[in-house]
Amino acid sequence: MATLKVPAHVPAPSEDAEQLRKAFEGWGTNEQLIIDILAHRNAAQRNLIRKTYREAYGEDLLKSLDEELSSDFERAVVLFTLDPAERDAFLAHEATKRFTSSHWVLMEIACTRSSHELFDVRKAYHDLYKKSLEEDVAHHTKGDYRKLLVPLVSAFRYQGEEVNMTLARSEAKILREKISDKQYSDEEVIRIVTTRSKAQLNATLNHYNTAFGNAINKDLKADPEDEFLKLLRAAIKCLTVPEKYFEKLLRQAINKLGTDEWALTRVVATRAEVDMVRIKEEYQRRNSVTLEKAIAGDTSGDYEKMLLALIGAGDV
Amino acid sequence: IGVDEKSLISILTNSNEEHKRSLRKGSSKLFIEDENGFERWDQSSIKILKHQFNRFRDAVVLSLLHPWERDARLIEKAIRKGPKHYNVIVETACTRSSDQLLGARKAYHSLFHHSIEEHLTHIKGRERKLLVALVSAYRYEGTGVNEDVAKSEAQILYEAINNGDKNKLLDHEDAIMILATRSKQHLQALYRHYNQSYDKTLAQDLEGEGILKDTVECLCTPQTYFTRVLEAAVKEDADEESKRALTRVIVTQKEQLVKEGFVPNKIQDILLGLNKDFMLASIASGDIK
Repeated sequence: MATLKVPAHVPAPSEDAEQLRKAFEGWGTNEQLIIDILAHRNAAQRNLIRKTYREAYGEDLLKSLDEELSSDFERAVVLFTLDPAERDAFLAHEATKRFTSSHWVLMEIACTRSSHELFDVRKAYHDLYKKSLEEDVAHHTKGDYRKLLVPLVSAFRYQGEEVNMTLARSEAKILREKISDKQYSDEEVIRIVTTRSKAQLNATLNHYNTAFGNAINKDLKADPEDEFLKLLRAAIKCLTVPEKYFEKLLRQAINKLGTDEWALTRVVATRAEVDMVRIKEEYQRRNSVTLEKAIAGDTSGDYEKMLLALIGAGDV
Repeated sequence: IGVDEKSLISILTNSNEEHKRSLRKGSSKLFIEDENGFERWDQSSIKILKHQFNRFRDAVVLSLLHPWERDARLIEKAIRKGPKHYNVIVETACTRSSDQLLGARKAYHSLFHHSIEEHLTHIKGRERKLLVALVSAYRYEGTGVNEDVAKSEAQILYEAINNGDKNKLLDHEDAIMILATRSKQHLQALYRHYNQSYDKTLAQDLEGEGILKDTVECLCTPQTYFTRVLEAAVKEDADEESKRALTRVIVTQKEQLVKEGFVPNKIQDILLGLNKDFMLASIASGDIK
């Protein structure tokens, strides 16, 4: 469930656009007003505001935000304002560029979005970058990473809940064999992880646990330093228990010496309208402190205010 | 191909028993001399006749179905029927637009409760990787090709084909990536560079390589592929699959055929009855917007 709080009575997009314009005018910027508006509108409303703003002032709202804001606060506001498909396309594109390259972001987007959402990302990617997502991922990744990531971003998984238990048993067995032989990037492993429906994969992993006495990710920890294995474990987590994946990412981002703002911003901005409620519950369960408190303790200023607003802290 | 229904009606309704007996004796393909003294229907001929009578039905169904459902069913059938039919998967994945392929993938979910890529698991052969990659593509369709990249990728393909083990082509990761992810415009530019640099076409170099050649043709020179399929269908010794391809190609590609200035002469001669009327009308209507 979403943590985004939208007021019961939402002003017309033209009003919001006008208020935002006022927030940019004059000396300095009224950051609180920007948060009050943008952190309290859903995707459809934000799209309308952007449209209205462009019609009224001849400029993309995002451009104004880029000019007026800076650093982590700006990134949080811009990322959140973007339409979800465009946002993911932006993040994916960034992840293929040399200095910001990240297999994790690509995996995260491919595995935690629904089949239709992932295709919307691919469409947005065409429009924004005049390339297909898969060709950029193929071009900018190598070896085992490419073998895993290209099929992951190209998948159009069946979304139904039907499960074939016989298949779950046989594929759990295949996974066990390959893992025992340390064939982590074997075609069969890739095939199962990148094509099966999430329900089917879940059944397979449950059976793995039952049949072999421990969860598959435990067996995939054979070499703790192996980066590919880390990615594979994370992919499996994302496909089956995404809130646990995001909790861990947040925990590591916040505990890290200095905070990993990019990870923190990305998780909050991309999940605020999806499953942040569950992620918060998971976070509190695991860390014995609320996510609000953790973020407040680790960030400051307008950046902190924006994040807290998105995770539902305080009033509308 | 098909059945001349009008003539059949005329012949059969105007035949008495004597006449029919001589018809049977004269049709050695359909009737055999039974030891008990009568002309017996040859069992294997029933199948052939069934196919011929069903041409019109098949054309109607194929024509009526929503293109997404049509393509999803074509793919599912091809997977089930085995290696000789994999070219239909390649054809469907590579000659439709990106959004049409997406539509087929959606329809596949609805019809078969699995994704196409899951069902491709049934394929044990080395073609699976290429086929999965091809059906998963969502190619960019705009203009703008990086000619340098197209040229260097032409070289990668050249080396994969000529320096490497040709048997391992289907396992060549880079080659598969290029064919499965690049836009059609890019691949067509690559095709031109290949031709210029190596004095032969990529398709020529892939002669005998089955679905790899089909893939390259469907993506870069679809009219060559379709012409080849149509010509195979009208050959005298064409098998059932080749003949069925005729219906499939005409129904699914009629706009393309008209654009390419396809002149259906050979087809005209070989088609019969209602099926002929339907096929010719399909081609004729191909440029109706």
